Amino acid sequence: MNSPPKLHPGLNLGPAHGDDHEAAENSIFGFWVFMMSDLVTFGMFFALYATALHATAGGPGPKDLFDLSSVAWQTGFLLVSSLTSGLALLHVKTHHHRSGAAIGPMLFWLLATVALGGLFLWREIGDFQAMAAQGALPTRSNWLSSLWALVGLHGLHVSIGMLWALVIALGVLLRGVDQRWKLTLLRWGVFWHFLDIVWIAIFSFVYLGGLR
Amino acid sequence: MFVSVFHLLATAGNYLEPVGPIAGTERAHLIKVIWVSMIAIGPALLATPLILWRYRRSNARAAYTPKWEGNRLLEIIMWGVPIAVVTWLSLHIWKSTHQLDPYRPLAEEAITVQVVGLDWKWLFLYPDQGVALVDELIVPEGQAVHLILTTDTVMQSLQIPALAGQMYAMPGMTTHQWFFAGLPGETRGFNAQFTGLGFSKQEFVVKTVTQAGFEEAMASMQSAPPLDEATYSKLAERGTPTETKLALGISTDATLRFRLAEPQLFARVLGRYHTGQPLASEAQPGSADYRAEAAALPAAMNTMPMHHHHD
Amino acid sequence: MTDSLCGNLTWDSIMLVKAWKDPNVNNLITAGAAAMIPVGALMVPLLLLWTGWWRPLFRDWLASVDHKKIGVLYIALAVVMLFRGVVEGTLMRLHHATALHGGVLSPDHFNQLFTTHGTTMIFFVAMPLITGLMNVVIPLQLGARDVAYPRLNQIGFWLTASGGFLITISLLIGQFATGGWSAYPAYTGSIFSPGVGVDYWLLSVGLSGIGSTLSGVNFAVTLYKLRAPGMTFMRMPLFLWTSLCVSILLVLIMPPLTVACITLGLDRYLGFHFYTNDLGGNLMNFINLFWMFGHPEVYILALPAYGVMSEVASTFSAKRLYGYPSIVVATMCIAVLSFLVWLHHFFTMGQSALVNAVFGIATLIIAIPTGMKVYDWLATLWRGRIRFTTPMIYLCGFLVLFVIGGLTGIILANPTIDFQVHNSLFLVAHFHNVIIPGVVFGMLAGLHYWFPKVFGFRLLESWGRTTAWLWIVGFSVTFFPLYVAGLMGMRRRAVDYADPAIQPYMIVAAIGSLILCLAFLALLGTILRSILLRKQLAVPLGDPWDARTLEWATPCPPPEYNFAVLPEVTARDAFWEAKENGTAYAPVEKYEDIHLPPPTYYGLWIGAFASVLGFAVVWHIGWLSLLGLLGSIAVPIAYALLPYREIILPAAEVQKQDEAWRCAARETDGVTRDEEAHATNRGLAKPDELEIEFAAAER
Repeated sequence: MNSPPKLHPGLNLGPAHGDDHEAAENSIFGFWVFMMSDLVTFGMFFALYATALHATAGGPGPKDLFDLSSVAWQTGFLLVSSLTSGLALLHVKTHHHRSGAAIGPMLFWLLATVALGGLFLWREIGDFQAMAAQGALPTRSNWLSSLWALVGLHGLHVSIGMLWALVIALGVLLRGVDQRWKLTLLRWGVFWHFLDIVWIAIFSFVYLGGLR
Repeated sequence: MFVSVFHLLATAGNYLEPVGPIAGTERAHLIKVIWVSMIAIGPALLATPLILWRYRRSNARAAYTPKWEGNRLLEIIMWGVPIAVVTWLSLHIWKSTHQLDPYRPLAEEAITVQVVGLDWKWLFLYPDQGVALVDELIVPEGQAVHLILTTDTVMQSLQIPALAGQMYAMPGMTTHQWFFAGLPGETRGFNAQFTGLGFSKQEFVVKTVTQAGFEEAMASMQSAPPLDEATYSKLAERGTPTETKLALGISTDATLRFRLAEPQLFARVLGRYHTGQPLASEAQPGSADYRAEAAALPAAMNTMPMHHHHD
Repeated sequence: MTDSLCGNLTWDSIMLVKAWKDPNVNNLITAGAAAMIPVGALMVPLLLLWTGWWRPLFRDWLASVDHKKIGVLYIALAVVMLFRGVVEGTLMRLHHATALHGGVLSPDHFNQLFTTHGTTMIFFVAMPLITGLMNVVIPLQLGARDVAYPRLNQIGFWLTASGGFLITISLLIGQFATGGWSAYPAYTGSIFSPGVGVDYWLLSVGLSGIGSTLSGVNFAVTLYKLRAPGMTFMRMPLFLWTSLCVSILLVLIMPPLTVACITLGLDRYLGFHFYTNDLGGNLMNFINLFWMFGHPEVYILALPAYGVMSEVASTFSAKRLYGYPSIVVATMCIAVLSFLVWLHHFFTMGQSALVNAVFGIATLIIAIPTGMKVYDWLATLWRGRIRFTTPMIYLCGFLVLFVIGGLTGIILANPTIDFQVHNSLFLVAHFHNVIIPGVVFGMLAGLHYWFPKVFGFRLLESWGRTTAWLWIVGFSVTFFPLYVAGLMGMRRRAVDYADPAIQPYMIVAAIGSLILCLAFLALLGTILRSILLRKQLAVPLGDPWDARTLEWATPCPPPEYNFAVLPEVTARDAFWEAKENGTAYAPVEKYEDIHLPPPTYYGLWIGAFASVLGFAVVWHIGWLSLLGLLGSIAVPIAYALLPYREIILPAAEVQKQDEAWRCAARETDGVTRDEEAHATNRGLAKPDELEIEFAAAER
């Protein structure tokens, strides 16, 4: 097989992986298409948020609520988790084209990603609790509804990504890093990086923009 | 000539028989658009049966070109004709939409009417004349009328087909509709946006009267019962016009005319949605739980109502 | 006790109990319809057990990941739901015939009827019809063995079916929304619409919407990645081009609908303020979101019909499609422009004249590629040899009636005219004019055209033609009067009217709706009668219409893997070219093993848990919602961890099947055009002498 080294956007397994590399083409391409759909979903929530900027209905606004240091921590956790997820994938790319490669390092990076995701969620939930304590619940105003929904949707995605990573870890332990799990890892990688990108948008528009 | 045609049709109540210049122009647009579109559509309508007949398989004398799949000249015509027609229509849309923009003020001097959509009736407030009417809009002949619309329930749409097209009315917001009244006569208006059980009954009468008749009607209402907050709260209860009259204890063929005792009523209705406080279902007109006594209007607005601006 | 165990569900929620206690006309009509659910729920399993059909049903259909079977399931779902939709439409028309100052139905009942009618027809008839047809046709026309993700395909179907389940069960338990298929708040908010109706709408539309998104992804990847060798984009049959546009649209426009459902749900369930009147809520956002989905949706429905009509025009006039590149460009233009016109659904919301003018003009521009297509179809028929088969009759009806729908569309694109006819029966007539002749005729033509491909036998021509004429006449008699009534000022969704001049039009429309009922029955009759005569109608050799594209280069029905060897494509009408060169049924040199995805109940499980989740959420039953949710999460995890083994079909087996078919085709002398609809047509049809002469002369 003389397949080109790059068959789809993002990290490719490479021709050394033979059939696995080939099989990734359709699988990852389709997942990208799905992510574009998800991107529109986030886009709609961003649009709703943008129209809600002044709809605080006399309730608290960004300047009353946003804790930039907590958000900075969350951003840090998520950015580092992108790195660790990338390391997990790189390990698969560089080692698992032959049989008998150790799965330890891959699992380590995978679980590190989950842990960092957990830290992110822990700080985010803390922020939501603090807002709730100040009466800034989504039932208070259109702006708060939009904020909770947008940031909450991202948090939900992070939770799904973590659950997915745990399932992958279990699957890899049960069945080894075979073609199926390699492709799942690649898709999960796209998903996790996507969450980072969405977060950067949230961080810039919602938090930094809100405090401007 | 226009005027006399309107006069002849002054009792009719639909778009095809307009009684005012705005609706008249809107009808003229309909006719114009149909004719112009026919340039592109007519040939297709004519050609379809002709081609189907001529090239039926049983007709062995007709030509047959199984591999023919393109012709440059034909292609140019096929793209060109729709493009030409659409270009003309687009210019027309550009001009007419600006010309008949319902927000465009039609005159310096105008009758201003504040309109509150309720379930399932319309309340017309005349702030300058200090009167209010339910399901009755009285306008002086030939005058420019400026309707400022809102609702105190779900979204509605006010339309007086023989005078002007429709415009949505939304709670906590205002929208605008300008039109010219025609010659003396009556026509009907209604809510065109579905609003639930009594929707089909939400119709009203538009009475175009002479200038003198208008002044007389306005003056006569100065001695009518007052429309204050309490009366308004009763009116706002959901019900068809008939049900409302029964609830108020008046005859079903009587008219509901008031002296506007609360000049700030319209602003306060708008303010209901801008207090920064949640609105319980008992306090929301149009809801089945609504109770007049639980629905006090805000005394003063905390926030300016969001105007739906026209840029 | 009932509170925690059954949520808001009580005995009185059940329609039959309600009708027993208060037997008025409205309750009895609804109860009569509702009674069909428990009766069906009892009878169907009993019938299946008694006949022993349950085994093949589960094994060969519900567990199948074969795109053809999933396509058939979609179409079957659509036909069942169409029954409900047609009955509801007819009820409304009959009601209006009597509704001068009143009428038979109560406002509440009428309001539910137009809401369920619209929701059913769009989401559970039109959508499954196009998804079903695309499922059946895309891989076959593409020269592929299946769609890109067969299991995902199954999941998409079952999510749609669970939405259909919810809207159906709402007839029996509780009631449906009254806010129209577009469900504008604040009317559909919890203050104005307490109760379960809107929740049923949210959940059924939301679930089927997710299914549609998945279908869109699947078809898009199939079309991008699984084209047969040599099948370049500019060689794809037109139906595939329209499918590609539809897939892209599905991927990008279902999210606004999903977001609209989620946010309205948050308002209703958790007291959020996206669209409430108070605390800054903004109902205009919902309207924008809904139509950002809703307008492209119109083209999602219409484009595949254009695709079908392109195939039909070319096949039944025995001629190449005229202006293929132009039609492709026009299709793409329509798809792109469809994103840019959503605001024309609310010219009357008070935005500036500038905005209205821009969106009005954008809408008009769509008329250019659409008009272009009509000319192209006419040019395809011109100098053809037209056979008036059933699909061709649908095409004739389409060409005339759809053009009129286009005209009224141009009218509505003018804001100044829209101010007058918006929200009137004129609008109702317009979109039925676009959807029935445009979409339904296209789908029915497609059904007739491809039915033999899937089932192995043709539908009866005589019945088919009668059915087509009934649809054409029924549509015209029903909806042209509605245009007039609309211009006379009759509002849409009004339960009654006060102007006696409107009544005659309503009576004519009611008669028309009865003709449409007859058309629906005739459609069922066509199918049933053809099943009975299937031996005479069988076309095993695969090409009963002497057609042009790759799906006909397989037996009828095709094997599960579609193509024994993937075809090499060298021209636009690939199969026609092969027939002309005499290579259509040539022996194959080498066969290879074929890998097939294994059957699975994955989709069925997802659908079952999604239905449970939906029902429990509607009725606020906490524990059951949790069960449904956990189930919906556990199923994918379980299937991810379970072993996955493809079925391998050995080359020798494939060769045996394929050679038998090729030999039979080579040894059969095809029927002439005159015998196309006769029992002698075994799936091999050939051109007339005259046609061959002309073709030779043209070369």
